[in-house]
Amino acid sequence: MATESPLTFYDDALPGIDTSALCGKLVVIEGPDGVGRSTQIPLLKTWLEHSGHAVLDTGMARSALVGKTIKQVKMGNTLGPLTQTLFYATDIADRLENEIIPALRAGFIVLTDRYIYSSMARAIARGSDPAWIRGVFGFALRPHAIYYLRASVQDLLPRVVYARGGFDYWESGMDVRLGKDLFESFVRYQTKVMRALDGMVQRYGFEVIDASRSPDEVFRDLQKRIAKLLKVGRKARKRAARKAAPKPPPPEEEDAEASEEEDVLVAAQA
Amino acid sequence: MSVFPNRQFPGKLIIVEGIDGSGKSTQLALLSHWLRSRGFGVVFSEWNSSPLVKETTKRAKKKDMFTPTTFSLLHATDFADRIERQILPPLRAGSIVCADRYAFTAFARDTARGVSRRWVRNLYRLAVKPTLAFYFRVPLDVALGRILGGREALKYYEAGMDLRLSRDVEESFRLFQGRIIDEYEAMIEEFDFQVIDATVSIEEQQTLIRGIVEKHMDLSRSSGLLKSPWRDFTDGNGIAPHVL
Repeated sequence: MATESPLTFYDDALPGIDTSALCGKLVVIEGPDGVGRSTQIPLLKTWLEHSGHAVLDTGMARSALVGKTIKQVKMGNTLGPLTQTLFYATDIADRLENEIIPALRAGFIVLTDRYIYSSMARAIARGSDPAWIRGVFGFALRPHAIYYLRASVQDLLPRVVYARGGFDYWESGMDVRLGKDLFESFVRYQTKVMRALDGMVQRYGFEVIDASRSPDEVFRDLQKRIAKLLKVGRKARKRAARKAAPKPPPPEEEDAEASEEEDVLVAAQA
Repeated sequence: MSVFPNRQFPGKLIIVEGIDGSGKSTQLALLSHWLRSRGFGVVFSEWNSSPLVKETTKRAKKKDMFTPTTFSLLHATDFADRIERQILPPLRAGSIVCADRYAFTAFARDTARGVSRRWVRNLYRLAVKPTLAFYFRVPLDVALGRILGGREALKYYEAGMDLRLSRDVEESFRLFQGRIIDEYEAMIEEFDFQVIDATVSIEEQQTLIRGIVEKHMDLSRSSGLLKSPWRDFTDGNGIAPHVL
């Protein structure tokens, strides 16, 4: 659910950080690896800037504090799941305090390529306790909108194989090795990550975007929603409260997911 | 001690806490010599020592990049790496692990920096409950004297200069470390700290500590604790640096 200003924190506020007068908009694009986030964000940024908005785009592992370190430690073979989770938590905290909050104060639209939810989903996929992880990321600001680009693992495959030249070790969860090779582990790991993200739809108020469509269609969908969000910000703050709640995910999501994972693996064996 | 999930291990975890200059590292080193002489291998884990994290922490301190939250999170990242690779596996194998500072350092320091007590305690739920936690109680003046006797100046974060409590380093140290002492004192009962009077002689403290260890831990041959294979040959010398 999109929240209206003033922005609030999920849990206790960041200590020592002034969060008064944040007049910008915090917009999150979430979704699994290869779903098309990094295709959409530059398009949205260009469009918003053409319309006269100042935009800050940011994303995972781009903090001054630990961005380089995260890339470095992922080159090795010693990064454990808890350490990885806390590295990303540090990264987001640093970007919130030094990039996102100052930009919001200056009235920017902050477009962030993933936020706390992907890190939480990855941690859950690696076996972390969801309550623990929610507590850890409680320092985060509630965004104005969270667009969850959703597609099936089958939809991700061509993008990962052709556009990126193969399966990435971490995106395939090879550190927890869920299958006998990269492909099998990718399918099982991404299925777990997506299931964890699906489980957050209602709690965090994700707007689910069908990302199995063409990039054009997805862009127009996002454009429409963001335009509405900005308009709400300008004109009808009061009406926002009555805004319809986002559609909950289909009820048999989990079972559909489980069989979907098996379908992909069975199809691959045939 | 409900903060840490209740998990049982064949190994034993001994930790020391106290402000800078309380003498805890000296005491832990002496204790591990003794344990080694009794035939046990001792794995040693130091605060802020993860090979994946420590350089970043050092750089961030040098460039004054930390806020209370990122200070807390990066130290927890360092701790997580040591838990995952250095502390947990040896405990599962039945080893004695000695840690110089533990989660309580974060509870005391981060809270003194204004981080929510509840949040930082949740953060460290990845920790293992120690078998024995020694808290070295020392008055501020004594600690300050020991630090200044050993090196040139107080460090920026150690003196809590990031909190802008005072422009005078020594005054800031007093205010900040004073807060930390208050936090430690408030944790004694909650976490079953063994309080050691750190103003008495080194020898007296060590005798007391060894007595407490003998009382709380089965150090007999049948204890199931992992023995050091080097005992008869080298008495522990020439082993990798993290294994004292």
